[in-house]
Amino acid sequence: MTELIGQVVAWLTDASHWVGRDGIPARTVEHLWLALAPTSAAVAVAVPPAVWLAHRRRFPFLANAVVNVGRAVPSFGILAASFVFLVPLGFDFRFWPPAVALFALALPPVFTNTYAAIAGVPRHLVEAARGMGLTERQVITRIELPVGMPVLLAGVEIALVQVVATVPLAAVIAGGGGFGQYIVRGFAQGVAGRVEAFAGAVLVAVLTLGVQGVFRSAERLVVPSGVRRMRRERPVGRAV
Amino acid sequence: MSQPMIRLDRVTKTFPGADRPAVRDLSLDVGRGEILTLVGPSGCGKTTTLRMINRLIEPTSGRIYLDGQDVTDTDPHRLRRSIGYVIQQVGLFPHRTVAENIATVPELLGWERERVDRRVEELVDLVGLDRELLDRYPGELSGGQQQRVGVARALAADPPVLLMDEPFGAVDPIVRGRLQDELLALQERLRKTIVFVTHDIDEAIRLGDRMCILNVGGVVEQVGSPREVLSAPASAFVAEFLGGERGLRRLGLIPIGEVELRRGPMVQRTATVDEARRVMAREGVDWVGVLDGDRIVGWVASGELPGTGTLEELETRPFLVTVDRSTSLRAALDAVVTSHTRVAVVVEQGRYVGLLDVDLIAEEITE
Repeated sequence: MTELIGQVVAWLTDASHWVGRDGIPARTVEHLWLALAPTSAAVAVAVPPAVWLAHRRRFPFLANAVVNVGRAVPSFGILAASFVFLVPLGFDFRFWPPAVALFALALPPVFTNTYAAIAGVPRHLVEAARGMGLTERQVITRIELPVGMPVLLAGVEIALVQVVATVPLAAVIAGGGGFGQYIVRGFAQGVAGRVEAFAGAVLVAVLTLGVQGVFRSAERLVVPSGVRRMRRERPVGRAV
Repeated sequence: MSQPMIRLDRVTKTFPGADRPAVRDLSLDVGRGEILTLVGPSGCGKTTTLRMINRLIEPTSGRIYLDGQDVTDTDPHRLRRSIGYVIQQVGLFPHRTVAENIATVPELLGWERERVDRRVEELVDLVGLDRELLDRYPGELSGGQQQRVGVARALAADPPVLLMDEPFGAVDPIVRGRLQDELLALQERLRKTIVFVTHDIDEAIRLGDRMCILNVGGVVEQVGSPREVLSAPASAFVAEFLGGERGLRRLGLIPIGEVELRRGPMVQRTATVDEARRVMAREGVDWVGVLDGDRIVGWVASGELPGTGTLEELETRPFLVTVDRSTSLRAALDAVVTSHTRVAVVVEQGRYVGLLDVDLIAEEITE
């Protein structure tokens, strides 16, 4: 075991692994791109309808249903299916199949938490806002979104972490796949490749934690300080 | 009353799916500058009625006029920006500072920054808040402070009408009493038209120029000043809702100044003993009060009067109870009873005004 750790450290500090198209920096960029693009798309697609539905208090069962469907659908299945369907249509096989699979992975937590975030804004705040003459749009943008922001962002964070950790799956089918390349290639070589596979796994873990850390710091900038304070006093339960 | 500020004309509200209306055929005028309290048990439609005025709820039938204008002719958002609204939970926005909360409506109305800032400072002074609180967040304030901010926020754009939905329902009794006093003092200066919803009959009596008592289903049982309602409840429901000690509570609303006081057996201290005797005989009493100009000095019993001379050199006894003219009859009666006497001396800024005795209070009770 200690021997393996030593070898992994040696692999990671080997200068030749830090250059070129297969180097750690290039794979980091690839990994991040494969994670951020589908997550951003999921946010763009899921947040507006979730906000609107929650604001109108429509389909409250939907929030739970979506997340359960999300749990039931296997990412690997979507990856394989979208490979089969998209590649013949001329889509780049290194990007689109994993992007679709990861998008599907990110969608449920974003939708569910956004819904919970808006629906969880205390009714009296909305009533006071309406009573003072805010339009429905102003109620959403000035009250519900800022107050629900911590819960909403928790959903994005969950999605992002899951996606970053799942990107390597892409390497199995489609090549690319960021650090997944190291893992898959290592596996293919059997015992001889275990150092590279292990190093890949370590890189995925570090990147995931790093992304989460950066996200949390950014969250502090986005969430209004009054809401942070409110959250300390009356913790809002995280959905999911 | 000229044109009422708010007029509800045969307003009915039936919520979808309900088998009976929440408010039935309700007609009500609220005069300019008066506080009307809407009071009744839960389910009496008082909040529904309030929320129909600013169109948070639309009536099923009937008309509501604000300053002669049908409210349905105005865009609801513009309408609401011209009406102050205070709710029980206050509903301060937790992500905005006290100053930003107060500035909500002026900002919606597009006021200039400077004018908003000036107005916000004016308002915190008005409601008795420290300016240091302006940059705090609502979560850092006490319940009473939050409620004051809520009132300041409602007053921000100087609306002529204020709708208050159990605003003091969630604070403890001591703070509530103070907030009620503050509201009355504020109203003394601002003369807004206020509709105030409460389930607390004492609050309704204390704050209302008039009160409207609603029964379940939004049926008006009685509308009138607290004194009218207390002295002549229109129905058994009202009588029961008012609770005990009705007569005494009514006395609590009547200042001594409204009662015709007795002049009493009073003489100047320069008067002669003979004069004092004549006054006692005329009034049919065995004591006489002594005045120095318009100040009360004390009293002397007939047995203590010397044969001749003036009252000047006599030792007088102090009256046990002296009350101000603005004191309520209830407080005066209490003072009289607790000091085991029958009369209270009434003064106004130290000047003698007259005598109040138990008989006068009894007359007021039986009236």
